[in-house]
Amino acid sequence: MFESLGGRLEDALSKIRGKARLSEADVELALREIRNALLEADVNLLVVRAITDRIREAAVGAMASRSLTPGQQVVKAVNDELINVLGGETFRITYESKPPTVILMAGLQGSGKTTTSAKLARYFKAQGRSPMLVGADLQRPAAVEQLKTLASQIQVPMFSEWTSPIEVAKAGVAEARRIGRDVVIIDTAGRLTVDAELMDEIAAISREVRPKYTFLVIDAMMGQDSVNTAKAFNDVLELDAIVLSKLDGDARGGAALSVKEVVGKPIAFASDGEKLDNFGPFHPDRMASRILGMGDVLTLIEQA
Amino acid sequence: ALARMRAKRALGEEFWVELEEALILSDLGLDLSVDLVESVRNKVYKEGVTATDAALEMLREEMIERLDHSNRDLNLGDAPPSVVLFVGVNGVGKTTSIGKLAALLSSEGKKVVVAAGDTFRAAAAEQLEMWAQRSDVQVVKGASGADPASVVFDAISHGAAVGADFVLADTAGRLQNRQNLMDELKKIRRVAEKASGTVTEVLLVLDATTGQNGLLQAQGFAEAASVTGVILTKLDGTAKGGVAFAIEDKLHIPIKFVGLGEGILDLVPFDPKAFVYEITGEVSQ
Ligand SMILES: Nc1nc2c(ncn2[C@@H]2O[C@H](COP(=O)(O)OP(=O)(O)OP(=O)(O)O)[C@@H](O)[C@H]2O)c(=O)[nH]1
Ligand SMILES: Nc1nc2c(ncn2[C@@H]2O[C@H](COP(=O)(O)OP(=O)(O)OP(=O)(O)O)[C@@H](O)[C@H]2O)c(=O)[nH]1
Ligand SMILES: [Mg+2]
Ligand SMILES: [Mg+2]
Repeated sequence: MFESLGGRLEDALSKIRGKARLSEADVELALREIRNALLEADVNLLVVRAITDRIREAAVGAMASRSLTPGQQVVKAVNDELINVLGGETFRITYESKPPTVILMAGLQGSGKTTTSAKLARYFKAQGRSPMLVGADLQRPAAVEQLKTLASQIQVPMFSEWTSPIEVAKAGVAEARRIGRDVVIIDTAGRLTVDAELMDEIAAISREVRPKYTFLVIDAMMGQDSVNTAKAFNDVLELDAIVLSKLDGDARGGAALSVKEVVGKPIAFASDGEKLDNFGPFHPDRMASRILGMGDVLTLIEQA
Repeated sequence: ALARMRAKRALGEEFWVELEEALILSDLGLDLSVDLVESVRNKVYKEGVTATDAALEMLREEMIERLDHSNRDLNLGDAPPSVVLFVGVNGVGKTTSIGKLAALLSSEGKKVVVAAGDTFRAAAAEQLEMWAQRSDVQVVKGASGADPASVVFDAISHGAAVGADFVLADTAGRLQNRQNLMDELKKIRRVAEKASGTVTEVLLVLDATTGQNGLLQAQGFAEAASVTGVILTKLDGTAKGGVAFAIEDKLHIPIKFVGLGEGILDLVPFDPKAFVYEITGEVSQ
């Protein structure tokens, strides 16, 4: 159903393969294919526009260099641009000199916040830290129960109480301090960006506990709306990083590109499964070839 | 020819581009968006329509027409209980939708039993149990890690014994590219067929924020479990859920219900007109 950008580009490039120079029309033709492929990968339309504009510039610039054929130049420009957008500075966690380091999790319903909270706790534990989980989702049925089960699987303490999300978060941090845990991960209820009350609530939690990091969990299967979501959460919370979930699926994951372009915050971690060890740092280059639908971009550059 | 010229001027390229972009931004997908605009554009020229609002209306008509063929009622079996399986990828709203549908059917005087067929995810059964309490329906569950097919089988047997009209069966979220999990789903369906009821519906729960992967989800689940309808959840957000349109258009799987919130009453029958107006609403005229 989805023709890969690799395939599409090859078609477009076959028409310009033999040429010594690219005309503007050649570049536009290739850009058209790139636009279509990015849209099929669920990159947001407005982001596609910004990206293709920059690729156009880069392709024109690259044409001055004679080391590559015209086709190679276009492919390289695309790959460079995607890695550039997805990458940037890699995310490195630093810890509060006066513990605990507080991390606030945010996201839409079902995006993967609770699972990711537990995955992060496991990750910190493996780094020699002593994390604690706080269940501040008092809304979804059995959300606290879910977090408690996951916490016990990784043998990390979990705190919650039936007060209010803000109170739980506050008390959770105090509890961590009391029992000497140095990283606190606060799981929150899923919320829609149009839900003003719940957006205010998470902003209030944030003001109350002053997290060192606020992570937005984004589902890799997300479509065009990823941009609205990321923008709205970033406006209310000042995100520090994105965590991508459900990368074990067969979605192209264009949402990653959209979100990164729009909020400009790094994608820190990625999840690729339901198990708590299906988690790790994010790799921009792998994501770029995934969105492009190509295993190895360099091979394509050689063929072009 | 004059009419055509005039149409071209009034309905400039800009209008069509904007239309196509609105459809793409609603997640209808590139092919379908281009196809719809092309089709309306042809009609507009043929009929000499010159006003943008008339053209927009024609697009809406065309979209509604494409959605018009399907039967959106819940299928019922010849002999109760009618068994409804809820399937879909992780976190889309399967368990919540069961809670809501159980309430809806109960309010219509139907006797409902729900089956906690997700024995995998942490606290999945507890979550369903809380929903069952809200609408005061019976829940049948197994131990954590139990064979989901046997939990569903037990629930159907129980449903038959107590004279239930419906058994609504939850299943664990699974990605359609995981063959072993899709095989497990096939087994759940097979075993459910053997129990004393009829699997009258397999509802694919689809999150409205889903992009083009939704088509692959529909294909994968249709292949494994013969999906009979879609529940489109989370339409109360900013996402338009256009991929459900693409699924109905291309795979002929009707959208039956939509989820409009996390409350017990937030499940309503699908309304094609409202859906299409949401998608095309932001096009300026
Ligand atoms: N396949 C897969 N499933 C995942 C991944 N991350 C989370 N999930 C599943 O997605 C579903 C939702 O995850 P949760 O962690 O409950 O999501 P949430 O954001 O906390 O959901 P709410 O609290 O309801 O808003 C669960 O079935 C998880 O097991 C992942 O990386 N891959
Ligand atoms: N706003 C909104 N939230 C919804 C809707 N339907 C479900 N949700 C929320 O989405 C989240 C996931 O719902 P679940 O019912 O747990 O999803 P699931 O498909 O059973 O998830 P898994 O069993 O983990 O695969 C929960 O927080 C629900 O409250 C809806 O129509 N609107
Ligand atoms: Mg949660
Ligand atoms: Mg569930």
